[in-house]
Amino acid sequence: MAVRRLAPPEQQPKDFAFTADNLAWAKQQIEKYPPDRQASAVIPLLWRAQEQHGGWLPEPAIRYVADMLGMAHIRVLEVATFYTMFQLELVGKYLVQVCGTTPCMLRGAEEIKKVCERRIGHPHHVTDDGKFSWMEVECLGACVNAPMVQINADYYEDLTPESFEKVLDAFASGKAPKPGPQVDRQFSAPVGGLTTLTDPSIYATAPHSGGPALRDTEAKKPGAAANIREAGVPKPPVADSSDPKRKK
Amino acid sequence: MPKLIVDGKEIEVPAEYTLLQACEAAGAEVPRFCFHERLSIAGNCRMCLVELVGSPKPVASCAWAVRDCRPGPNGEPPVVNTKTPMVKKAREGVMEFLLINHPLDCPICDQGGECDLQDQAMAYGMDKSRFVENKRAVEDKYIGPLVKTIMTRCIHCTRCIRFVAEVAGAPELGAIGRGEDMEITTYLEHAMSSELQGNVIDLCPVGALTSRPYAFQARPWELIKTESIDVMDAVGSNIRVDTRGREVQRILPRTNEAVNEEWISDKTRFIWDGLRTQRLDRPYVRDGGRLRPASWTEAFAAIAARVKQAGGAKTGAVVGDLASVEEVFALRDLMERLGSPHIDCRQDGAKLDPALGRAGYLFNATIAGIDEADGLLIIGSNPRKEAPILNARIRKRWLAGGLKIGLVGEQADLTYDYEHLGAGPESLAKLGERWPAKLEKQIWLVGQGALARPDGAAVLSTVAQAAVAAGAVKDAWNGFSILHTAAARAGALDVGAVPGKGGLDVAGMLEPGKLDVLFLLGADEIDVPDGAFVVYIGTHGDRGAHRADVILPGAVYTEKSGIYVNTEGRPQLANRAAFPPGDAREDWAILRALSDVLGAKLPYDSLAMLRRAVQEKHPHLALIDRIEPASPAAIEKLAQLGGKPDKAPFRLPIRDFYLTNPIARASAMMAECSALASGKLAVAAE
Repeated sequence: MAVRRLAPPEQQPKDFAFTADNLAWAKQQIEKYPPDRQASAVIPLLWRAQEQHGGWLPEPAIRYVADMLGMAHIRVLEVATFYTMFQLELVGKYLVQVCGTTPCMLRGAEEIKKVCERRIGHPHHVTDDGKFSWMEVECLGACVNAPMVQINADYYEDLTPESFEKVLDAFASGKAPKPGPQVDRQFSAPVGGLTTLTDPSIYATAPHSGGPALRDTEAKKPGAAANIREAGVPKPPVADSSDPKRKK
Repeated sequence: MPKLIVDGKEIEVPAEYTLLQACEAAGAEVPRFCFHERLSIAGNCRMCLVELVGSPKPVASCAWAVRDCRPGPNGEPPVVNTKTPMVKKAREGVMEFLLINHPLDCPICDQGGECDLQDQAMAYGMDKSRFVENKRAVEDKYIGPLVKTIMTRCIHCTRCIRFVAEVAGAPELGAIGRGEDMEITTYLEHAMSSELQGNVIDLCPVGALTSRPYAFQARPWELIKTESIDVMDAVGSNIRVDTRGREVQRILPRTNEAVNEEWISDKTRFIWDGLRTQRLDRPYVRDGGRLRPASWTEAFAAIAARVKQAGGAKTGAVVGDLASVEEVFALRDLMERLGSPHIDCRQDGAKLDPALGRAGYLFNATIAGIDEADGLLIIGSNPRKEAPILNARIRKRWLAGGLKIGLVGEQADLTYDYEHLGAGPESLAKLGERWPAKLEKQIWLVGQGALARPDGAAVLSTVAQAAVAAGAVKDAWNGFSILHTAAARAGALDVGAVPGKGGLDVAGMLEPGKLDVLFLLGADEIDVPDGAFVVYIGTHGDRGAHRADVILPGAVYTEKSGIYVNTEGRPQLANRAAFPPGDAREDWAILRALSDVLGAKLPYDSLAMLRRAVQEKHPHLALIDRIEPASPAAIEKLAQLGGKPDKAPFRLPIRDFYLTNPIARASAMMAECSALASGKLAVAAE
């Protein structure tokens, strides 16, 4: 990891303000915390600012968030420079984060990086059309599907240089390629179908004999809960639900 | 109190002590970089590792409380070792890591010779490096005109960050990045704004933050150190003046828990370039409208002729803000012998009268008393500008919690929260329920902004009444506290440098035609109108010297020994660190020589005799460093004076913190700070 700097002044916007929606959302976040502890909301707010500003965090946004939370500017700058998920410099519309940690490296991340070098340029360079930039990151936690990249919010896994180029082609032509493994594989299940637990009889003898309990394919489907990003109202922890003050 | 065995020695320490403090109490020396007694605990340098028997690893003693130590299986006290091979090896490992990225530039480093890292490397350093990779290099940051940064030397102890956030109350420094890329900086390299920022230079254990004006000036071992007293404000901070040859090279704080703890303000620390510039180094006499250099004899003859002509009744004297008690005493004595009742030390016109008793013009609660207070009412003052050290003390007390602070007067950022209770005298009467009388130990801090006005006496009386009514003045606690801005003021009031019977005060003396001869003892804050013959005894070519008809060059505070009484009434002794330039002489000696020519010879031939005379007449001035408690009866008397203050809101006495006296106005450093503070200099000249 290298020293991270704010973007040069000529790239910085003049000022920054949340959109009305984001502002309402930010106020809701701040209200989660007790009085005088609003500073706790600094990371969600910075993250939302980064999302609003095309994937990177401009300097005026740092001041904006600091003023909103009553923090010294330097305190927010400390947070923004500490966490590497805050992009301090201009990024492409599609930010390709290539995992270069050991499992991915062993499975061919070097080749993926070469594709990036060839098609996008050196790391952190934004293509002329503003569509792409890339960087190498540490482990993204999808080692079983190595090598993989993260493009904006989605993972593209089990890549080969060819399939990775196809993904990039799709983004370049404005389409959204299917996230997940780019080979015949479901999530991190074995390639080419199941290799264990294939005997149908084990399902037939299940205690509730109304047929197979749950197919692997169904079991791996994400439930509704996994896709909900924001719970509108913070729920009290169970232990506190008996607190009379909270029963409003 | 729990018991502890440190290096085989059993000691008893409070449970809230850290192991480091306990080890120190047992006489063991523990090396440290990040730990500082007056700052919060960070625990990130790891240099203070000790062996805690039973613990599998060495523990950082600064971040380990005595109460966290477990007793032995049979209830024996916990055992701490600071000198075992395990401790030495652990510390050597830490030191090796610290030195990995620290440059070997001690020969060109200003910290060399007084560097904690250098000293501790002597004890725990390896003689060679095992590190073959590239060293880290960090860009230097601009953080203001006073503090120079060489950030490659930084070892990330974060003392500076904690100081500006906690003590100075201006959280402007921070650490950006992480790991080995961590860098100390201000937000986008803006200059720091705190008036205590110079203290980070002392706090920095390495040469990362050094004094910019002092850069490459001298080595610590070639400086002569003189313990002295600061005169930039009325706090009387204890300082150490470092000189080489005849020049003051720098000014550092001395620890005095009762006054300045171990901090000094930037004005105190960086004033020293003003001690050299604009100095008056020979007598001058005005001849045909122009000042021309003259000899002492000539100058004295010119004065003698005019004084003889004028006579005592038409001669007056104004005492400036930087004068020591001895010279004020000598000047008052001289005026008495000349038969003049016209003498005043209150250049700003503050209505303080020493006749009622000392309690009427002192900070009776004492600076250390702030630590005990539970209520603070600030009236017509901005302590942050008038006495930054005292303000830091208030902030420290405020941070500890349970201090109610109110303010009557102009609002300003004081680094702590307060309730604004009004703007002028009329709000004092209406304090009522907004200022609870239930507080046990209140301080009523009265600034010169409330007193230096035509109705100042009435304001003072009103404040005294209200303070007595609110219970701020009791037998065991006197919270009625005047905050002076001039270092000379309390001492001059002590020796009675105020108009005698029928005497004129400053405003009266300045009225055209009232006086024929006016002596200014370093008085530069007043405009003397045409007419009077002005004799200026002072040090700098400032306002007083420009108006003068005769200039007698004196000595600044680092060039003379003298007693200064701070705003609490604490007499402290300043010592001579250097000699006055050219023909300049110590002020008391000038007055003594002049008195002879004027035919009113003062009866002391040496400073010791003069000091003895002062202390015989005013015995409390012999109690150096001690406060003679003043009788609160004076406040009762003040309260009875009565008078009706008018409605004008209080104005603050200090507009520009950096330019309050002739030395500061001669200092290029202070001029730069002032320009930066007022926004005239958007970006410093880097």
